[in-house]
Amino acid sequence: MKVHEYQARQLLQAAGVPVPKFRVVSSASEARTAFAELNEPEVVVKAQVHAGGRGKAGYVVLCRDASDVERNAERMLREPMVSKQTGPSGVKVKKLLIAPAVQIAREFYIGMVIDRARRCPVMMVSREGGVEIEEVAAKNPSAIVKEWLDPHLGLLPFQVRRLVSALGLADAAAHAAGRTMTALAKIFVEKDCSLAEINPLVQTRSGEILAIDAKISFDDNALFRHPDVEAMFDPAEENPNELRAKAANLSYIALDGNIGCLVNGAGLAMSTMDIIKLHGGTPANFLDVGGSVTTAGAVEAFRIILSDGKVRGVLVNIFGGIAKCDVIAEALITAAREVGFKVPVVVRLEGTNVDKARQMLKDAAIPQLVAATDLTDAAKKVCAAV
Amino acid sequence: MSILVDRTTRVICHGITGNAGAFHTAQCLEYGTQIVGGVVPGKGGTKSEHGLPVFNSAFDAVRETGANCSMVFVPAAFAADSAMEAAAAGIRLVVLITEGVPTLDMVRCRKYLDERGTQLIGPNCPGIITPGQAKIGIMPGYIHKPPAAGTKNIGLISRSGTLTYEAVWQCTTRGIAQTTCVGIGGDPVKGLNFIELLAMFEKDAETHAIILIGEIGGTDEEAAAAYIRANVRKPVVAFIAGQTAPPGKRMGHAGAIISGGEGTAASKIAALKEAGIHVATSPAEIGSTMAKVLSVA
Repeated sequence: MKVHEYQARQLLQAAGVPVPKFRVVSSASEARTAFAELNEPEVVVKAQVHAGGRGKAGYVVLCRDASDVERNAERMLREPMVSKQTGPSGVKVKKLLIAPAVQIAREFYIGMVIDRARRCPVMMVSREGGVEIEEVAAKNPSAIVKEWLDPHLGLLPFQVRRLVSALGLADAAAHAAGRTMTALAKIFVEKDCSLAEINPLVQTRSGEILAIDAKISFDDNALFRHPDVEAMFDPAEENPNELRAKAANLSYIALDGNIGCLVNGAGLAMSTMDIIKLHGGTPANFLDVGGSVTTAGAVEAFRIILSDGKVRGVLVNIFGGIAKCDVIAEALITAAREVGFKVPVVVRLEGTNVDKARQMLKDAAIPQLVAATDLTDAAKKVCAAV
Repeated sequence: MSILVDRTTRVICHGITGNAGAFHTAQCLEYGTQIVGGVVPGKGGTKSEHGLPVFNSAFDAVRETGANCSMVFVPAAFAADSAMEAAAAGIRLVVLITEGVPTLDMVRCRKYLDERGTQLIGPNCPGIITPGQAKIGIMPGYIHKPPAAGTKNIGLISRSGTLTYEAVWQCTTRGIAQTTCVGIGGDPVKGLNFIELLAMFEKDAETHAIILIGEIGGTDEEAAAAYIRANVRKPVVAFIAGQTAPPGKRMGHAGAIISGGEGTAASKIAALKEAGIHVATSPAEIGSTMAKVLSVA
């Protein structure tokens, strides 16, 4: 689960990380008031959306007077932000962050993720702050210094000293940066983060250490023990069909193509997308109905797939193990009756109770249904039908 | 022969009285697995619906039944604790089926198990099956084919569930048998991985070839490719799921995500091909690719 920049700042602030003062507003008039309250010669107005590319899209702007703040705030809240990460229709901005512009002397990166290969959290720091860490990793990997955490011990003082010295900091600045690293590691472990980064962490011209921008995301699997984190969830940032699927215990991701997919199992669902592509089609979605799927759940899955106006055909691919083929067949028959199929639905069933399911579908005689013998046959048939 | 489990493996089920635990214990028993009891705190001294003894703790269960393997079905919030309890009680192999376990729980759990020499399969996995001998997990048993005189046999390692069934079925229908199939799970931090299992299959005399099923996310397949090139003489057929998956999106499995330019199917396929591994381009061609490699008509 991702949160907004202002929410990440709040978390950092609560953990004792030095963060510049800021205001969060949701209207142009509030923005004007915030500018007056901050009482600074120059502020930065930043749109609060999860998508990146805000700067290039004109949604991070420096302003020097109240009317400039108000004008930019009004524009950002009115026009959806379109960036490389948002798609052509863009995302609606509902909140803005306003903070004093900082006179930056040096910029650093500090961040923490799970190192999958070493199976523990790793803190990464770099003197090349303000740019994406992936970019640094690709161009100049030696600029990134890492320390791995023992999950029981956390980030140890000697590790902090090594990281701080790698950034070339000394004295009070070293101390402040070290405290920030310790706090970030503590947030990561205590709140079950999957990513916690401050980029950039800056040293101002007056020598102060400040966290200017932060990105934190959380392990979805651990949200059950963090109601405070779950409360930060912003449904407006999610695809409505993905939210609807989540509520029905389905795993759904919207894609650009025109062939809807209904599959059991994540690996098989990904491979079904792959085989569609291999035969010249493009998938409209990823959908894993899961192992313990009910008829009602599978009917909802059809509703979600068919609500996507781009869908010109559907491929149902079930390898019944725990999920039973007859449950899917019943869902197909119910969906045909209640939702109605206006596009061809190619069905490939194998595994548990497959004979019963095939008989049920034969008896139901749904005209849009196309039976397929195997995976290749199914992919060819659905690609030919759209 | 087989790896890790066989007909002598004595299994206890954590969560044997829950819906999933009870259902799959019945399925495993029917397959012939030696399930010798269950662990449910607070229900010690009772019998499960299968007539098996239920114990309050893994310690009691191990002492009374001589179990050496745990199959864990408890809810995600308690799953890591069950696995660690099993290890503390002296269990040698834990099969953790549960989906949705917090990653940091697995970081701690894996370290705890490593320190006690207990092996882990999972979490978020279908489990392990040695066809004809023992099924410890949720895979449908009947799709598998046990080795027999004259059969060509494969070992299988996979990050997926149903895609594994698909691959197994494609082999079985071509007469190719399986020594052992291991679903290592779809989470970012897990137990046994490709490399350890490749080493076991390489040593197993009855296994003639190996199927490796990977997916997007992480770099385990790249590491496996390097290991195979240096250490594995048996032929390997691989398939990577998620060639069309968009970056930055979790594709169902917690570990199936392309992030920071890492974990793409293209990078994995390139590494595997470079190591001389036969990569099936279509998920429908895993069995036929293996049949060609083994010269099975």
